[in-house]
Amino acid sequence: MLVHHFFEKTAQREPHKIALICEGRSYTYAEINEAAKRLGASMLRRGVDRNDRVAIFMDNSVEAVVAIYAALKIGAIFMPINALTKADKLAYILNDAEATCLVTHAARRSEWQPVLDRSATVHTCVVVGEESGGALRDERLMRYNDAVMGAQSDNQESQAIDQDLASILYTSGSTGDPKGVMLTHLNMISASNSVLEYLKFRSDDVILCIMSLAYGYGLYHVLMGFQVGATVVLERSLAFPVKTLELMAHHHVTVLPGTPTIFSMLLNVKTVSKYDLRALRLITNAAAALSQEHLRRLRETFPRAVFFSMYGLTECKRVTYLPPDQLDIRPTSVGRGMPNQECWLVDDHGKRLPNGSTGELVIRGSHVMRGYWRKPEETAKRLKPGPNPGEWVLHSGDLFRTDEEGYLYFVARKDDIIKSRGEKISPVEVENALYRLDGVLEAAVVGVPDPVLGQAIKAFLVLKAGYSYSEKDVVRHCLAKLENFMAPKYVVFMESLPKTDNGKIKKMALT
Amino acid sequence: MTVGIKEKVRQFMSENFMVAGAADIPDEASFMDRHLIDSTGFLELIAFIERSFDISVTDSEMIPENLDSLNNIERYVREKRAAA
Repeated sequence: MLVHHFFEKTAQREPHKIALICEGRSYTYAEINEAAKRLGASMLRRGVDRNDRVAIFMDNSVEAVVAIYAALKIGAIFMPINALTKADKLAYILNDAEATCLVTHAARRSEWQPVLDRSATVHTCVVVGEESGGALRDERLMRYNDAVMGAQSDNQESQAIDQDLASILYTSGSTGDPKGVMLTHLNMISASNSVLEYLKFRSDDVILCIMSLAYGYGLYHVLMGFQVGATVVLERSLAFPVKTLELMAHHHVTVLPGTPTIFSMLLNVKTVSKYDLRALRLITNAAAALSQEHLRRLRETFPRAVFFSMYGLTECKRVTYLPPDQLDIRPTSVGRGMPNQECWLVDDHGKRLPNGSTGELVIRGSHVMRGYWRKPEETAKRLKPGPNPGEWVLHSGDLFRTDEEGYLYFVARKDDIIKSRGEKISPVEVENALYRLDGVLEAAVVGVPDPVLGQAIKAFLVLKAGYSYSEKDVVRHCLAKLENFMAPKYVVFMESLPKTDNGKIKKMALT
Repeated sequence: MTVGIKEKVRQFMSENFMVAGAADIPDEASFMDRHLIDSTGFLELIAFIERSFDISVTDSEMIPENLDSLNNIERYVREKRAAA
């Protein structure tokens, strides 16, 4: 079985069922399947081969979903990239992966055009939203509309097997450079099946998806939703919570996956109880821990819904969920695993710890990634030999403690990754961006607690003599280089930064 | 007085969100479509509008029709002031 086979089975069984609702329009399974076939055929004709990396750099949209399945159908590897990504990072990712095809939107041209001009490998760029008529300046470019209206597919069935890569998801690491998490078809199918076993999505579900398809949490709602034949309501962003609540009421949304930031924004709407959300039966939280206060308000506002608190990481999609019947007993736990997986805590020497200990969470299962794309050293830090010869287990980099019954409670990250708005931010990545500002002598970035964001980013700067910037100047500089959520909230200028004995910046002394 | 609404917003966007060429943003251009502002950005924009134009934006008014372009903002602010 391959990832797209589940979707194709649903399309065969229920071609006229609404698969996706996006920007006020509905698309059936047959329509999406047909568009994906044709886009795949167009890609093949342009020389996009099996195992090629197809980057998808767009907002959540029907075209992004079509592109995912188009790539899978021709045996290529899809790489969804957050639409907020700026040119430098986009260039890094495309070059790192040696992508041959880019599917993107005309609205993002200012980011991708310069990257395309410098890319040695991308030979095909499918653009959504490019006005029709007239030749395109660059022969690599192709209009999305032409690509999906093109000649009927004489697609051969993909020759991929489940050991082949289906996707590469880029994630921030503490060294600063994004790492491509390699996921095989087997990885993704195993993860989906485990999650579906406890979340139990149904074909009559209407699943809201606001999270970016570039992240596992968002992406899998489409994959799993299509697997069971549900309808997915795909939103670009939560800029207008009132609109989202209207949408949820209008489409009788039954499943609301969120993060603390999403729930914060929705609950902040004072009239939230006025919306008819009786259809909502399932709410899930992941990406960051939900405060007890938030949890209480959520359960109060949606008394009919069942709530799942969950934890996972891109490197294996998900690890654990808290069964709802445990919510009143141990509300701050994230559970003790999920089907078809083993997980345990280890000490600094990798030794398994008994219940009641604190240690790093290790995961074993078919959903564990193949590794980081072409980064063997980084991979070796996370994938280590498992209990049986020839197998690997994933070291999560997160510290947990277990209670006497083995239920897990998040303690801290092992490295200094900041979690803000449910997003992972590498302090080094932000520091690197700060060093590119003229006159920055030293930079140190830390996370500080924030009631709404989880953690807020705080930058400490030492400037060279003769330089002077305002906080706004610094933030603006970061906004030009990094995704918006990576820009510091606070900027502090210092004469010098505290140092350890061997001259390293002592972040522990900075708050 | 009302002539200044769009200009004030342009200036705010230029200073706050590092929008290059804020002076050239078409009046009818959608901030969302052009990725000029993201979700938390809109919260800052709303705070700015409340401060600058002395109005109070209710939850139900936080919609693209009122906020997602210079034209929309100008129309919305005028309506609020006329109603006050």
